[in-house]
Amino acid sequence: MTPSSTSAPHASTAQHASTAQPTDATSQPTDGSSAYEAGFTESASGRVYTVTGGDWEEILGAGEDDAERIVVNMGPQHPSTHGVLRIVLEIEGETVTETRLVIGYLHTGIEKSCEYRTWTQAVTFLTRADYLSPLYNEAAYCLSVEKLLGITDDIPERATVIRVLVMELQRIASHLVWLATGGMELGATTAMIFGFREREKVLDLLELITGLRMNHAFIRPGGLAQDLPDGAERAIREFLVDMPKRIREYHRLLTGQPIWKARMVDVNVLDAAGCIALGVTGPVLRAAGLPWDLRKTMPYCGYETYEFDVPTALEADSFARYLVRLEEMGESLKIVEQCLDRLRPGPVMVADKKIAWPAQLSIGADGMGNSLAHIRNIMGTSMEALIHHFKLVTEGFRVPPGQVYTQIESPRGELGYHVVSDGGTRPFRVHVRDPSFVNLQAVPALTEGGQVADVIVGVASVDPVLGGVDR
Amino acid sequence: MTSPDGTSPDGAPPAGRDSPGGACDENGAMANGAGELVGGGNGLRPGRRHDAFGAGGSGDTSGFGRLVAPAPVLAASERPFGDPDADAVYDALERVFPQLGDAVERAVVDRGELTLHVRREGLPALAQTLRDDPGLRFELLSSLSGVDYPDDATGRRLHSVVHLTSMTYRRRLRLEVSVADADPTVPSLTSVWPTADWHEREAYDLFGIVYTGHPGLTRIMMPDDWIGHPQRKDYPLGGIPVDYKGATVPPPDERRSYS
Repeated sequence: MTPSSTSAPHASTAQHASTAQPTDATSQPTDGSSAYEAGFTESASGRVYTVTGGDWEEILGAGEDDAERIVVNMGPQHPSTHGVLRIVLEIEGETVTETRLVIGYLHTGIEKSCEYRTWTQAVTFLTRADYLSPLYNEAAYCLSVEKLLGITDDIPERATVIRVLVMELQRIASHLVWLATGGMELGATTAMIFGFREREKVLDLLELITGLRMNHAFIRPGGLAQDLPDGAERAIREFLVDMPKRIREYHRLLTGQPIWKARMVDVNVLDAAGCIALGVTGPVLRAAGLPWDLRKTMPYCGYETYEFDVPTALEADSFARYLVRLEEMGESLKIVEQCLDRLRPGPVMVADKKIAWPAQLSIGADGMGNSLAHIRNIMGTSMEALIHHFKLVTEGFRVPPGQVYTQIESPRGELGYHVVSDGGTRPFRVHVRDPSFVNLQAVPALTEGGQVADVIVGVASVDPVLGGVDR
Repeated sequence: MTSPDGTSPDGAPPAGRDSPGGACDENGAMANGAGELVGGGNGLRPGRRHDAFGAGGSGDTSGFGRLVAPAPVLAASERPFGDPDADAVYDALERVFPQLGDAVERAVVDRGELTLHVRREGLPALAQTLRDDPGLRFELLSSLSGVDYPDDATGRRLHSVVHLTSMTYRRRLRLEVSVADADPTVPSLTSVWPTADWHEREAYDLFGIVYTGHPGLTRIMMPDDWIGHPQRKDYPLGGIPVDYKGATVPPPDERRSYS
């Protein structure tokens, strides 16, 4: 701003025009870019062009240094970036020389919001972080809170079994979305149709069990929001019969398919040492040959008592990651079946009435809500029960001070929750170590030196969910 | 332990608010001390537990509304810890890391998890040893997160917490480095564990911890030109009151708080 324009808003037009004149002249593009709207700017590293169309040779001219260096923004609004991921690619011809990732477009402050809710309410936020595996968020957070409370061993057996059951169902759903979106990005639209078709069946099951297709808030500190409904077991068993056939179908459709293999085999290789240095876990690490699965190596929720295998591959490329994920779906089916076999009647919430949510949900005439029997009890017969309900629902329970870190194996790798309590009724700090966030760091290592088209495969093979990345 | 300073309304702002990272008040953080005596609504000091009910403006003469719970600090644990993994890690460290006494302020074993409170000067050497020593082998940096303790007794309110996993021995370890707001620098761990890159950017973005030696410490979640560090306790949550069926629901950080 010139002094005249700031100090005297009523300055004469002639004076204003005279001061504005030189500014206009300097901002005028000197040459070359006038035909294009965006123009170029001079920066410390040379001239930077921003173009929205036209022919490179016309714009760059001949004989300029690094004339072939082109920076392309992929995303954030790009169908193959799994949400709002921005990839800044520096390319020479078709070869990617540098990949930079820009995230944060979906940052909603979930971690901060948790600090203003009770320990139980925080579940409702955290389930929305990684929206393709919400039950894992809930489980990891609730395991953390239970460890802080010291009630880990008091969680009823039935609640733990159902937790494992819904988590493994969700692993299948999550891998199916990966298959569907990953396939769609490679042009395999049948893979997309198949993937979403079966995922819908899993979501139907989860809807039957939890009441919601996604963002369930089903796993709560101390147990579960509600027990399995009637008919859930039968529906899951039907799914268990159907799903193995579907997985064989994917193999028949894709595993030997030349185009599918040409796009994925020996593409985006990252070996185990690179994975660990970059913190990459989950199917990407297992496809590099390291059988690191927290369900086996650092078991939780009684996973050590289930019989299942950890699929691995040695090739460390995108195709190996595809195979590992397909195999994992089959292993999850095995776990789900074992869960059903060991379901015994019993409570699904911890017995401690100072922690357990006072009401169980039930279906009424107007949909799901607090059970009428419970409301009749607290409103009609027991003043103490009413006070207890009110205190626990509005104030919540206190959690002894301390901090814990709980890690579980989500479909994308190690999902860790660092939860700190100051002794109050609200979390002091909840940090989500989201596997997508960490695994995305490997994308430059996967894609630099490869072709532009392989960037799509590389991002897809990591399976990032931006809701979890940005939180 | 913090002095029970519940009687001082709002207190002085934490030291070093004018440091490069501490521009929170420009975004309206830390509402002024009006209404502090009854300790309700906006007057609550962020990140601090107020008893008994957090209700303000009720004409409370009992004095309970002024109570502020002291920030809890877990006491250092005595050797042996009684936890086999924690003892094994500490024994191995004592063998191969002679500067252990200087580097580690105190060790806490709580709920089966070992926390080493590390002085920042000793962090790089300790981290290198933890990763490379054959008896320790913490190959994987699982997580790095910032935590803001406004009432930290040492005055170093910003904590950088690292969670390490030893895939070889299947152990976990927590390193905690605390720094003051006025000098919020912590040595970067990116040269030891490259995965620390984005974690440290996040902790810088949301807490204002400056990691020296980081190859490109820029914001990662918030826009580049954002002012302030949103996950600090004195940064407001934001939000607007919502009208619903004739009633007004205040934003979450202005609702009655019970803790």
